[in-house]
This record gives sequence, C-alpha cells and structure tokens, in this order.
Amino acid sequence: MLQRGEGAHMALLTIVILDGFVFAAVLFLLSVGLTLIFGVLRILNISHGGIYALGAYLGTYLALKILDVGLSPYLTYLMLLAGAVIIGVITGPLLERLFLRRVYGQAEAIQLLLTFSILLILDDLIKLIWGTAPLMVSTPSTLLGHVSLAGIPYTWYHFLLIGVSIVFGGTLVWLMRGTRFGKIVVSVINDREISTAVGINVNRIYTLAFTLGALCAALGGAAVAPTIAVAPGFAVEVGVQSFAVIAIGGMGSLEGAALGALLVGLVRALAIHTFPELELVVIYVLMLIVLMIKPEGLFGEVELRRI
Amino acid sequence: MAARPWSLAVPIVAGLFVAAPFVVPSWILFILHLALAKFLVVLAVALFLRGGLVSFGHALFYAVGAYTAGFAAKWFGVREAVLLVPLGGLFGAAVAAVIGLFIAKYRGVFFAMLNLAVSMILYAILLKFYWVTGGTDGLRVQTPTLLGFVPPRDLIRMTSYYVVLVVAGVMTYVVYRFLASPLGYYLKALADNEIRIEYSGESVQRVIYATYVLSGALGGLGGVLTAFTVGHIVPEYAFWIQSGEFVFVALLGGYSSVPGPLIGAIAFEFIRTYANKYAPYAWQMTLGIIMLLIILLQPGGLWAMYESVVARFSRRAEGVERA
Amino acid sequence: MPEPSLILQTIDLTKSFGMVKAADTINVHITRGELVGIVGANGSGKTTFLNLITGYLRPDHGRILIMGQESTGLPPRRVTKLGLARSFQIPQLYIGLSVLENVLLALAAQAGKSTACWRPLYRGQWLEHGAAVLERFGLQAYARRPVAELPEGGRKLLDIALSFALQPQLLLMDEPTSGVSVEDKFQVMDTLITVLQQSDITTIFVEHDMDVVQRYSQRVLVFDDGKVIADGPPASVLAYPEVRKAVLGQE
Repeated sequence: MLQRGEGAHMALLTIVILDGFVFAAVLFLLSVGLTLIFGVLRILNISHGGIYALGAYLGTYLALKILDVGLSPYLTYLMLLAGAVIIGVITGPLLERLFLRRVYGQAEAIQLLLTFSILLILDDLIKLIWGTAPLMVSTPSTLLGHVSLAGIPYTWYHFLLIGVSIVFGGTLVWLMRGTRFGKIVVSVINDREISTAVGINVNRIYTLAFTLGALCAALGGAAVAPTIAVAPGFAVEVGVQSFAVIAIGGMGSLEGAALGALLVGLVRALAIHTFPELELVVIYVLMLIVLMIKPEGLFGEVELRRI
Repeated sequence: MAARPWSLAVPIVAGLFVAAPFVVPSWILFILHLALAKFLVVLAVALFLRGGLVSFGHALFYAVGAYTAGFAAKWFGVREAVLLVPLGGLFGAAVAAVIGLFIAKYRGVFFAMLNLAVSMILYAILLKFYWVTGGTDGLRVQTPTLLGFVPPRDLIRMTSYYVVLVVAGVMTYVVYRFLASPLGYYLKALADNEIRIEYSGESVQRVIYATYVLSGALGGLGGVLTAFTVGHIVPEYAFWIQSGEFVFVALLGGYSSVPGPLIGAIAFEFIRTYANKYAPYAWQMTLGIIMLLIILLQPGGLWAMYESVVARFSRRAEGVERA
Repeated sequence: MPEPSLILQTIDLTKSFGMVKAADTINVHITRGELVGIVGANGSGKTTFLNLITGYLRPDHGRILIMGQESTGLPPRRVTKLGLARSFQIPQLYIGLSVLENVLLALAAQAGKSTACWRPLYRGQWLEHGAAVLERFGLQAYARRPVAELPEGGRKLLDIALSFALQPQLLLMDEPTSGVSVEDKFQVMDTLITVLQQSDITTIFVEHDMDVVQRYSQRVLVFDDGKVIADGPPASVLAYPEVRKAVLGQE
C-alpha cells in the first residue's frame, strides 16, 4: 500500500521508472524497424504500424490456436515468434518489390502517400481477416508469474520484454556495425552510385533492409500482444507514437530510437500516474519541445544540400 | 502551371451548378452539396501538394469549423449562417496562424506527421471532454438561418445548397487569385528549389506559413458548411482517416488545378455511396487500393485524364482540319 | 575599422569539416567596382568560400562584412537582402515553371512582394522588366518555354540572370562557364561581363579555365588548401610557379 509523504514520492518514482522502462521497451521494439527503414531507404514507412499490428494479430491467433489444441502453453512463445517471422518475411519483400520500389527517387509527398495507402489497406485487411472484436492471449504474459514491486503487480513477462528489447537493439547494432552485411548497407546509404559501381546489388540490399525493418515491426507487435488486447485501429495509434519516438531520437539512428523510446516511455508513465487525461498529449508535446530545440532529433544528422 | 484564363467553361459549369436543384434528383443534389462543402478542405490540401508538401492533419481545421457551428448552437443558440460561416473560416485561420508558427519550419515527413499529431490531439480533446463537446454522441447542428430568416420547409435544402455554392464560388475565385499571385507561384517553386528561394532573399518559411493560414481558413469554411449540410458533427471530424480522405480526394481529382479537387470531391461521394452498398466493411481498403492505383498509374488524377482526353481530341481535330 | 568602399571583407575566416580545413584564416578585401577571379584546384576551398560568404555555411571563426555591415552567421536570405547575389555551379532553377516565371519570381523578391497574394505575378511592370533581363542574357526566345527545354548553357545563363535580376551590388558567380562549350565560353563571358559592368555590379567569379580568368578579371585570388596563396593582377599572379603548380599541377 502506498504511504503518505516521502514514501509516497519514492513509490511514485519507482512505479514511473518501472512502467517507463516497460513502455520504453515496447516503443523501442515498435520504432527501431521504422528508423532502420528510414535510415537505409530514406522513406518514412507509414504502413509500419500496420505490419506491427499484423504481427500482433497473427502471433496472437497462432498462440490461441495452440492453446485450443491443448498443447503446452510454453509453445505460445514460439507461436508469437512464428507469427512475427511469417508476417515479416512475407510483407517485407512483397511491399518493397511491388510498391516501394516504384517510387524511389520520386517526390517525397508521393512516397508518403504510397505508404499511407498501404496502411489503409493493411488496417482493413486485419478487420477482414480477424473481425473487429479485440483479440487477446494472456497466457504468455501470465505464464511466467507475477512479482510485486512498490505495491504494483508486474509480470515477469514485462521484464522479459525489457530484456528482449535490449538484446534486439544490441543485435541490430552489431548487425549494422560489426558484420559485412552492415558495412555494405552503410555503403549503400552513403553513396548509391558508387555502391552499384563496386558491384553491390543495391536493389537486393533495399529489399533486405526493408524486410529487416518489417521483421522488427512484426516481432515488436507479437512481443507486445500478450500484454494488451489487439484491436483494429491500434495500427495508427502506435504509428504516430513510433514516429514521435524516432523524430525525437533522430531518424535513421538506432541509438536515437533507444533514447527516444526511453524518453517517451518515461514521460508517458509519468503522465499516466499523475495526469492521466494528458497521456497521449504529452508524447506530442515532448516531440514538439525536442524538435524546437534540435529539429533533426537528438542523434539526428543535419543534412545540407551540396551547392 | 499558370492559372487558367477565364474561358467559356467557367460560366457553363457555374450555370450547371446553379441549375442543379431544378434538374437533378435529390440524392445527386445532396452529393453535389456535400462535395462543394468538402471541396474547400480538399483545395487546402491540394495547395500544399502543389508545393510538394503533404498534410495528414487537415481534418483539424475541418473539425474546428464544424464545431464552431456546433458550439454556437449549443451554447449560444445561434444558427445564423451569415455569422457562423465566416466565423468558421476565421477560427480555422486563427488555429492555423498559431500552429503554423511552428509547423512552417518543417518539410516532408515532419510536416506530414506533425500535422497528423496536432489533429489527433484535437480529436483526443473532443473525445475526452465530452461534457463540453458531446463526446462520441456529437452535437446536433440545425439548419442555419439566413440573415435571421428561416427558409420555408421545402426550400431548406435548396437554400442551404445555394449558400454552399456561393461560398465555394467565392473561395474558388480567391484561390485562383492566390495561385496567380507571386505567393502562389512561390508555393509551386517550393516544390522545386528551396535554395533558390532563400537566395532570392525570400523566406521559405513565410511562404509556407502564409499558405498554411489560407488553408486553415479553407478548412474551417469546409467544416462549418459540412456541419450545416449534414446536421450532426462528431469528434471523428478530426480523426486521421478524415484527413486521409481529403488527401485521397486531392490525389483522385488532381491537385495541380482548381477544378481537380472539385471533380475529385464529387467522384468521392459517388464512390462512397457505392462502396457503402457493396463493400461496407472495406472502406479504408477501397481508399487505399484506389490511391495506390492513382499513384502508380496516373498521379495527375482525374483532371490529368480529362486533360489528356481533351488534348487527344484537339489533336484529332487539327488533323482533320489539315486533311 | 570597416572602410566604406570595401564591398566585401573577410577577417580570419575559418571553417573545418572534421580534419579538413576548408577555409584557413582567410583575409580578403574587395573594393567596389572590382572584377575578381578566384582560381584553385578542386578541393582548394573556392566553393566553401562562396558558401561561407553567402551564409550557406557558418564559419567556425572569423567575421564577414558586406558593405561594412556584419553578416557573419546570417542565413542566405538575409545576406541577399544586404545586396549580395550568387549564381551556382549547378544551376538552381524552378524546373516546374517557365523561364519567364523564374525571372518574374526574382523580380517579385527584389520588390519585396514575394508574399503578395492578390495581384498577379504577371503584371505589366515586371513583364517588361523580365523581358528586358531575358534579352540581355539572350534568352528571350525561351521566355514562355519550360525550363526543361533550355540547353545546358541556357540554364547557366538563366541561373546568372536570376541573380542579376535581384539588382545586387555584389555578384558571386560559381563557375559561370562550366558546361559551356569551348567555342562559346568567350562569347558567354563577353555577354556576362558587359551586362555586369553596365550595371555597376562588383563581380567575383570562380573559374577553372585559366584563359577566361586571364582575359576577364582585373584581379585574381588563388586558393590552395583553404588559404589564399596569391592575390594580384592575373598576368603576374598566374606567372608564379607555385601558383601554376597549385592550380594546374605544373612544374
């Protein structure tokens, strides 16, 4: 039970920090794919939230099916993973080859409109396949048990999420910095023409990068699904939030996504426990404040056109 | 593209719109009525598309205009069109004037998404403060009075239609003047070369800001007129899907011209009527698919298709003359 | 103490990009009415210098004075308002508009009427003036045509015409004859220099072609490694072996 006075402040702080980290983990998983795609293709994939939602839905659906069939509840984790991988591996190449590829080099407005229309389609696709009622599989999150911190019950799954996001982030950083694949990608980002001249198959790199981003989105969705009830329309809510995260952190920056997620997560937790009506608003206000101070985001680079 | 000179087409089209209540069935009249109101908001979006910018948040001004009528009715019992219509436009412009101070500093992705964020904040406010805004139930907007005068029952639709037609006509003229002015051309130049603009001593930010305020006025006007036409307003007026619809229409009709958005708005209402009938649960998908097709196949929209048809006919006519 | 007849003055102008010093304590004085050429090998800092003076880049140290007024740190549009205009190595044009419309917009900017939103861009006074500008640069035939139809040399000329239309007191040209065929170079420069001198515009131009520099400039600044290594009349400056080595790579 919360006590009055200093104890209450400490408890509030603890809750805000814990909640903040959990939110941050979720936001990071959601946003890192978006920033990755922007970093490589220089396109803001507005349909990102749709892929995230698809991952959440398919993962949840498969997990529920496994439970229905009566198999071990521990397999739900595998199902979540499977759902995410299926979505990522299908939507990635499909969307990039069929649609994105046709607007490379065109006006930014057209690219935004393209990814926006894909979002519209994905959002309805979800409704057509799974209906409008919310879908929930709580087993993965309750299976690992509860722990009480500062009087608030948390599941171990929440902390697993934090761990997963850290591992995820670390893997991506290693992938981009430490592997040959990563170096090739960086080379393509810096100079597409020279990369082609050197023999790199730029088209394939774009497809791979986009697929990786889609995979991240789907994994994020599947990972988060057990803690919420997936419902139509949350593709857009998370879409705008993830944009806020990467805008704050600097678009194209992996570290930026982490820092942005942390800031947004903490601020959101603070709002929820102090002024709950402002929950959504504070994220946008935070974004506006950061952008006013540093328009390219905290880890973003200023791009000057060469004249 | 230079603003089109006044040609024979304009009085003919105007005449058709004026004659409509006497000629077309009432369901088509309603479509025209609604299209004329929404076309103003689409114009606002089209202006920015011309400048190479997308706004995913113009439903913000649309909602501001609509709720102007709603609050006026709810709190002050006022339903006077002559007062509320300009007021809706004014509030739209005022909101744009404030937000534009910040948003005009951005382009591309940021411009698009910041607009979206602000409009969603309004949506959240409209939803949560339901004791003021009516929440999800929305607000009822009665048919407006005209200079205090309540039109007789059977003429209400027609009077309302003509009010919308007049406002749409006036704003069309205003936008034509705007597009033919230095600012209008600078807006187009913005899509091409910001560096040249800055090196001419002009501030790109000012060009965007001025356009933003005008677009806010247009959005507010569209909102208040739609509120009067439909009679019921809900927080969804500020929702991102509404913004998306406006963008869709601008793309569908063709945003490089002024008639484009109007054609798009009319086509959109027809599409919506049929989609409601045959695919009521796939509205977003319908929009998305059509948008994809337009982007990939004919980015100039319906207007561009019309222009290419006209061009082919005049070429054929020339060919016939020579032969 | 800034002198009134100095139209441009840089004091210890410095700019680094990482390890590279693109501008190294540059001190330059340009007097009103001069016709100055800037030469140097690729990467010697010529374009950086232009970018710094016009406010496109901020210097790390140093000051810039335009007509005695402090312009350090001002963005290009404020610098332009001080009376400086610039043309670009790659022409910066409004590709979606016609040639005439490009000029009209420059005239509108010069008149301070860029955000005028009621009276048309196509108005008598500007149309006359615009046509006159195009004629001086030999582009009047293309007036109503889209910019895309201009040949390479025409685009260059239009780029310079747009800067000229701003009625600047100091005009910076970045490689005015690059992309122009060898036969046409002198003709183009003849046109340009005549127009500029008739209008009393102090001119600085960056050039690669030594013949052009020799023939048209009264004074030459030689850039090397971010520094000005020589400053004087073209004949003497270009005779120095160090200069020839730095610029041409000759022994």
